[in-house]
Amino acid sequence: MYSSRKIGLLLVAVVLAAACARASAAEPGHFGYGSVATPAQIAGWDIDARGEDGTGLPPGKGTVDRGADVYAEQCAACHGTFGEGEGRFPKLVGGVGSLRDERPEPTVGSYWPFAPTLWDYINRAMPMPAPHTLSSDDVYALTAYILSLNDLVPAEFVADRNSLPKVKMRNRDNFIWTDPRPDTTAKPCMNACVNAADVRIASTAEGRNLTPRTTGPLDTMQPK
Amino acid sequence: MGRRSFLGLGAALTGSLALGGKPAIANPAQESPPADAPWSQSIGAGVVDRPYGRPADSEASVIRRNVPWLTAGTESSVSFSPLQELHGIITPNGLFFERHHAGWPSIDPAQHKLMIHGLVERPLLLTMKDILRFPQTTRVHFIECPANGGMNWRAAQMNSLQFSHGMVSCAEWTGVRLSTLLEEVGVKKEAKWAMVEGADGAHMNRSLPLDKCLDDCLVVYAQNGEALRPEQGYPLRLVVPGWEGNVNIKWLRRIKLGEKPWHSREETSKYTDLMPDGMSRGFTWLMDAKSVVTFPCPEKPLDGPGLYEIRGLAWTGNGKVKRVDVSTDGGVNWQAARLHEPILSKALTKFTLPWRWDGRPALVASRVVDETGYVQPTIAQLRAQRGSNSIYHNNSIQTWQVKPDGSVFNVQLA
Repeated sequence: MYSSRKIGLLLVAVVLAAACARASAAEPGHFGYGSVATPAQIAGWDIDARGEDGTGLPPGKGTVDRGADVYAEQCAACHGTFGEGEGRFPKLVGGVGSLRDERPEPTVGSYWPFAPTLWDYINRAMPMPAPHTLSSDDVYALTAYILSLNDLVPAEFVADRNSLPKVKMRNRDNFIWTDPRPDTTAKPCMNACVNAADVRIASTAEGRNLTPRTTGPLDTMQPK
Repeated sequence: MGRRSFLGLGAALTGSLALGGKPAIANPAQESPPADAPWSQSIGAGVVDRPYGRPADSEASVIRRNVPWLTAGTESSVSFSPLQELHGIITPNGLFFERHHAGWPSIDPAQHKLMIHGLVERPLLLTMKDILRFPQTTRVHFIECPANGGMNWRAAQMNSLQFSHGMVSCAEWTGVRLSTLLEEVGVKKEAKWAMVEGADGAHMNRSLPLDKCLDDCLVVYAQNGEALRPEQGYPLRLVVPGWEGNVNIKWLRRIKLGEKPWHSREETSKYTDLMPDGMSRGFTWLMDAKSVVTFPCPEKPLDGPGLYEIRGLAWTGNGKVKRVDVSTDGGVNWQAARLHEPILSKALTKFTLPWRWDGRPALVASRVVDETGYVQPTIAQLRAQRGSNSIYHNNSIQTWQVKPDGSVFNVQLA
């Protein structure tokens, strides 16, 4: 038979559990801080375009020819006249078929899986000294030009929100989007794990002369 | 130098010369340690001489450093933390490694806002003042660039602890749980992913699964008790515990919920791992368990045979470090090192092991086992799975070669 004291405790526990459940999933607006973002405010900030299907690409369009002009003015100084890359700035073309080589060259042509991602990246991050200052049309034009430099679209291609998601990128099907790790397994052996006679140094950083100084002022070592 | 101390120095010099270099015995004070160096016989600098403190002048070499030949400029580049000079699990704010994609911006916190929108019931625009009102959470977590060790994929290249492992740092972060903010806006049931975006020139953006956002992510404004440094995302950044540095968006300004991932440039063209068969792995966010001996190391050689304490750091994106083993013979035999408290989840953990060095060549290495049982692999094991062109996620065992003269070199074993 339950005592009233036990029933009382049970009730307290039930009430507490309900309160905890509520606290762990507060209703929207529970704190009430900040202001509700208006559609106009959201529209001003909502700049992303999704790579796979182009969701979020804005109205507008751009031709390969127009892109060549914008490119010469805004991009060529770093990325080279034909996308070959100046110095250590990224190459935008080439490397097709190189991904299994000793020295692969991942570029828009050889590596990028989705064309709308190119629009999104140019729009948000380029040109590097003045990011997100180009018009949507000019970003479309640049996208068309870079795709054409990589022989991914014909010279008469017009980039817009409908055409970009349809561009077949060479490396599109060569990504695995689920992480297969852990891909190594080992038992933490403690004694006589390898034959001491087999312990051999395969490579050493000694004498490579690649390491900047780690004392004194910052190193100013330049490319070799 | 005052007249009295000058006279004292003169007397000491005369004394030692007179005795032909043998210890002076005339004056007992000269047999003791230098209790009366110049700084003990003068008055020091006052309070607020340095209103915001800085390290001792003699520590001027303890700085972040970059590899000038690695990147086209310093704005889209990386600097490395001087792990060889650090003694704890917390990285001082001025030494936390940097990775910027468009330089670090100077943001006026009064103008900075965070927008949360997309598949939510109640899209919000939050000021820094608003964010500071939410319930606070403080946690210690490491952040590691997945390219840490990337220069050693092909072979041992960087003869330095700072340049081989310095893209990891650890701090105490304070802010609000991302789950709290997402409850405040109300997540619609179709939402499965979040796009997080920075206010820097790169407008750096990444996709994160909603489950991770609701699990342990933090939106933080403080680092080691003070406001974030601009290099670390002032005034607001995301901390995604245990996951690759790049998703810990700095200068956080927008979170958008959606049904599918965005496949931004930083998660397709970069931060994907190219395998030998030409396939690439994407969305490899987790930082696997890793450890490194921080003493001895190339920057900190040994000073003759004798008793030393091997010291190091271990960490894992899976949770807590369970064990660290140390070998001094290239992995033939291992000994369990001592783990030092606190052992925190997804934070740097310190280990030590006493070692009597006999002056003979040695190969010093550490191997971590984390609480999931995952064992830190050798570089040979990693290469067998991934080749040497995957750039990211090199968490292999680091071997330091100790030569008879005590000098230390970065090597890789066959």
